[in-house]
Amino acid sequence: MFDIFEQLKQTFTGESGHGFSGGIHPLQNKRTASQNIITCPLPPLLIHPMKQHIGEACQPLVKIGDHVLRGQKIAKSQGYLSVPIHASTSGKVIKIEDHAIPHPSGLGMPSIFIVPDGLDAADESIHPMPNYRSVDAVELRERIRYAGLAGLGGAVFPTFIKLVQDKQHPIDVVVLNGIECEPWLTNDHQLMLEKSHEIISGMDIIMHMVEAKQGIIAIEDNKPDAALVMQNTLTEMGLDQQIRLQVLPTKYPQGGEKQLIQSLTGKQVPAGRLPIHIGVLSQNVGTSKAIYDAVCLGEPITERVITVSGDALAKPNNMRVRLGTPMRFLLHQCGLESLDDIRLIHGGPMMGELMRSADIPVVKGSNGVLAMWDKSVKQAHHEEEPCIRCGDCGEVCPAGLMPNLLANHCKQEQFDKAEDYNLFDCIECGACSYVCPSHIPLVHYFRFGKGQVAQIRREKTFADESRARSDSRELRIAKENAAKEEKRRVAREKKEARAAEAAKKAAAEAAATESETTSSAEKEEGQP
Amino acid sequence: MEFLYAVAAFSLLALVIGVGLAWASSYFHVQGDPIADKIDSLLPQTQCGQCAYPGCRPYANAVAAGEADVNHCVPGGERTMLEIADLMGVQPKDVEEEEAVPVVAFIREDECIGCTLCIKACPVDCIIGAPKQYHTIITDHCTGCTLCLEPCPVDCIDMLEKPELLEHWSWPVPGTRRAALGEERKQQHEPYHV
Repeated sequence: MFDIFEQLKQTFTGESGHGFSGGIHPLQNKRTASQNIITCPLPPLLIHPMKQHIGEACQPLVKIGDHVLRGQKIAKSQGYLSVPIHASTSGKVIKIEDHAIPHPSGLGMPSIFIVPDGLDAADESIHPMPNYRSVDAVELRERIRYAGLAGLGGAVFPTFIKLVQDKQHPIDVVVLNGIECEPWLTNDHQLMLEKSHEIISGMDIIMHMVEAKQGIIAIEDNKPDAALVMQNTLTEMGLDQQIRLQVLPTKYPQGGEKQLIQSLTGKQVPAGRLPIHIGVLSQNVGTSKAIYDAVCLGEPITERVITVSGDALAKPNNMRVRLGTPMRFLLHQCGLESLDDIRLIHGGPMMGELMRSADIPVVKGSNGVLAMWDKSVKQAHHEEEPCIRCGDCGEVCPAGLMPNLLANHCKQEQFDKAEDYNLFDCIECGACSYVCPSHIPLVHYFRFGKGQVAQIRREKTFADESRARSDSRELRIAKENAAKEEKRRVAREKKEARAAEAAKKAAAEAAATESETTSSAEKEEGQP
Repeated sequence: MEFLYAVAAFSLLALVIGVGLAWASSYFHVQGDPIADKIDSLLPQTQCGQCAYPGCRPYANAVAAGEADVNHCVPGGERTMLEIADLMGVQPKDVEEEEAVPVVAFIREDECIGCTLCIKACPVDCIIGAPKQYHTIITDHCTGCTLCLEPCPVDCIDMLEKPELLEHWSWPVPGTRRAALGEERKQQHEPYHV
């Protein structure tokens, strides 16, 4: 009896030690696996959007006509949840205006346009810190913040925020995410093969900063070569005591932060909380390498590795690209001549976004760009049919939600109910949409619902502020009116008092004259 | 005579309870009308007067008193109507379905004569200026109530559509004006051709 419960519990919570509940196995299509990273040449124009991270947009620091150097800070961060942006090569700023970014709204973002001068002269004002172990964690953190690092796995959360020593939440385990569960993408895989030293040094920096005792590098079993290289490097660097390599069975979305932590430690990150609350810090392998570059080489983030792939591409590649390179240029380099009948996807096929323009630049969060034939995208697209209540979506949901019910509530705009069903725990991995036999675009409904809830909350705040303003205005008017009334009353009273005074005076005078007259009359009378 | 005991006992009980209730009604007295407060908190606070009441609070009072219907709030739309109907326990009524386009007032400053009439009309104090000085509107605080248009003697105030902000963007409901605008915007992007 209890065995059954235990079994059920394991199935649904994944608490058997390894693995998370749900998940799917989409076609891998990793065409570029084990293909060496090639360096993309400098494009004729670089475009730096003013926001490439989660948080607040940056403020440009340069003017049109300025000459900038590689690694020079060209936009400063605004607010805490923000990181600066650096020029990715030397050149001249030609304009600062709105430009398309990878975002489903189609709205533009102010961007700095730089024409490279071809010299690629670096800004050498930042000094390398090769002996990072002797450097204070606060200084390292400031360096990482200055270097503009944000999670390169795709979520682009400012890296420095995670790298904090919190007395209340000490970090026990640092997790390095080399899962790369999205189909088609191989940039992290290749980076691990080629830059294992840098990645592990980056991880060592993180562990030094947060004073973590234990580190885990997680790699899926579809990348055995990367696991081998990383293990060898660990042994070579003498770090295999603190850092352990864990190979996990391939399953999508294992690379999701919360899913990976559950797979590795068996602990779940509670709803609405962060990994730090259970003593875990996770970083992507690309971010780890960027941390190494920022600290040991003194280089801010100016380039990243991106997978350029897709079924329409003759020469798919893993490429080291300067941030700001237009996708069009990148695709040209991979042998794409014409973009007719092609759809471009920014990111992987599961969580990526359809790009509306080929002039969108590579940003910090660009882990891949896929050029797919229009017909293959259309093949995957079907008309939505009614839900048949098969429950497949609930079975594959890695967050343990009930996507069919949630989608229904979102569709009927019952957002309070959707929130009751933990809408905000959805990680938008797309597993439910992938398995739905009725082709219901479930994730679209969740994104819609989340946006609407945020909108309603904003409106509520705005209404509250307006009410406060309106109330204070009424209070002020009432006060002013009362003051006026008081003034009038005082004036009236004064007037009345004056009038009374005058009347009194007049009466007195009248009386006086009267008495005078009478007295004089008396006198007159007395003087016969 | 025994029935008199019963009468006396019940009279005493009634007296005790009466005193208790009298005490409770003064001790637990709530200032204002809690229902009206609740309704007021559901209203969008544009203070626009489109409900024929001079602001959101008066309309909330009227609804709470049963004098007004639940469907008069134009900017609130169907959602607000449903919430109020739910709170009041009445049948939902039809809302004049007119998709509210969020607007903000904008003063063409070179035409402004600095008469301060709009400042006095603004229900949320979001117009700044002084006599014989240009006035301007704090766009972030404007509720789009249009109450400043009427008093302006030179008609220098326009209602402009609120621009969509990237950080506040959310997926629109298909088939609405916002969705159409978004689609239009995307068409403006240069499509893929090399």
